[in-house]
Amino acid sequence: MPVNEEFQPTIVAFCCNWCSYAGADLSGTNRMQYPANVKIIRIPCSCRLNPTFILRAFQRGADGVILCGCHPGDCHYTSGNYFARRRMTLLFSMLDYLGIERERTRVEWVSAAEGAKFAATMNDFVATVTKLGKNKRLEDLRCSKA
Amino acid sequence: MQQSVKEKARALLENGTVSRVLGWKKGEFCYDLTPSVFTRVEEVDRDFVYSDFSGANLSKYLISESKKNGKVAAFLKPCDSYSFVQLLKEHRICRENVYVVGVACDGMCDPRMLEEKGGVLRVEARGDTLRVESLYGMEDVARKNLLLERCRVCKSKKIVLFDELLGEQGKEAPAGDRFAEVSKLEAETPEERFAFWQKELSRCIRCNACRNVCPACSCEKCVFDNPKSGVANKAAADPFEENLFHIIRAFHVAGRCTDCGECSRVCPQHIPLHLLNRKFIKDINELYGPYMAGSDLESKPALLTYDTGDCEPSVVLTRGGEQA
Repeated sequence: MPVNEEFQPTIVAFCCNWCSYAGADLSGTNRMQYPANVKIIRIPCSCRLNPTFILRAFQRGADGVILCGCHPGDCHYTSGNYFARRRMTLLFSMLDYLGIERERTRVEWVSAAEGAKFAATMNDFVATVTKLGKNKRLEDLRCSKA
Repeated sequence: MQQSVKEKARALLENGTVSRVLGWKKGEFCYDLTPSVFTRVEEVDRDFVYSDFSGANLSKYLISESKKNGKVAAFLKPCDSYSFVQLLKEHRICRENVYVVGVACDGMCDPRMLEEKGGVLRVEARGDTLRVESLYGMEDVARKNLLLERCRVCKSKKIVLFDELLGEQGKEAPAGDRFAEVSKLEAETPEERFAFWQKELSRCIRCNACRNVCPACSCEKCVFDNPKSGVANKAAADPFEENLFHIIRAFHVAGRCTDCGECSRVCPQHIPLHLLNRKFIKDINELYGPYMAGSDLESKPALLTYDTGDCEPSVVLTRGGEQA
C-alpha cells in the first residue's frame, strides 16, 4: 500500500470574514462534506493576510495554505482583495523560485453564497496536497513538535 | 575625479555650506573603505577617500543624519541616487537638510577580488587598468575584470536628483541583462532550484549585514528583532536553514528595492542575495508593467496600487520553469 494513502495533511485556510467564512458556514449548514484536515482561520479581509502568516504556517508544520476571499470587485472594504491578489501572486512566485512545490499554496475567491464551491475547493486542495506529501521543504525544526 | 570629490568635500565644509560631510573613509587596506561622517576639514584631509572601492551606498545613513541639526552633504553615485529618491518618497529623509553632490560613476570594483589575491599593498588607478602592488609583485589588471557584479550589469548611470553634479550626467542605458541569472534559475526544475537555494542559503550565519546595509530595510522596528517572530535567531538546523529570513526580507523590500546590490556586496558568506530581489523586480515588471523604484517621486510602487484586471495568483502554476 502506498504510504501517501495514510498521510493526513494539515491544511490552513485563511478565510475572509465577509465572504468565505460565511461560505464555509453555508457549506456546513447545507451538510456538505469537506475534509477535517482543513483548519479555518478567520481574518477580517483577505488583505489582512500578511505573507509572513503563510510562511509561519509552513514553518509550524502546515502542508498547504489556502487563502479564500471575496471575489475581486466584491470586497467589503472595496479594494482589499485586489491588494491581496498582487501580494499573493508575488509571494507564490517567490516560493516557486525557491523550489517549493507550487500546489501547496492557493488563492480561491469564494462568496458567502458559494457553500458548494467552498466544499469542492477544499476537497480538491486536500487531495492535491495529500498527493504532494509532507511539507519538507519549508519546515523548521525549531518549531516542530518532538 | 577622485581628487575633485575630495576637494569638493573640503570646500563644502570650509565655506560653511554644510556642517557635516558623508563620505568614505580609508580603512585598514586600500580597498576597504568605510562610510563615515566628517565634521572637520582636517579629518577630510586625513581620511577622506573616493576611489574605485567607494562602492558603499551612502543614502541609508541620511535617514538619521538628515534629522540632526545642520546640513549634511552626501556624495551619491547614480545607483545611490535611486535609493535616495526612494527614501525621500517614503518620507524618511528631511530633504532640506541634505546637500546632494551627484558623482558620475563608471562602476565600482569588488574588494573581494583583491582579498582573494592576498597580500595587496597598494592599488593605483591608471585609466582602464588598475596597477595592483602586492607582496607577490606588481600586476596590471583590467578595470572591467574587477567590477562588482551589480556594476557589470549596471541599470542606469543617470543621477536622479542632485544639488550639484561632479562629472557628466549619464543615461538610463542598462549595461547588460541583469535578469539573465534569474531567468536561468527560473528555467530549472523545482528540484534544481531548491538544491541551489539550499546550498546558498544554508551558508547564512544570520549576521544581519544584508538587513543593516539595505536602504529599503530601514524600519525603526524590525520584525526580526521580535523574539516571538520565530525567525529572530539563527535556525538550529532544518532542511533549508535561513530561507524564511530571506523570503521575508525580500518580500518586505519588494517594489521598493532599487537593486543597488548592497546586500550581496556585504554578505560575508557570498550569498547572491540580489537574485531574490531581482526576482521580485522581474515579476513586477512582467506582471504589472515596468517599474523602477526610486526613478521618480510620483509613481506608485506595485504593491501599493492595483488594477482590476490583474492576473490571478494561479498564474504561477503555468508560467515559466518546469512543472513540479
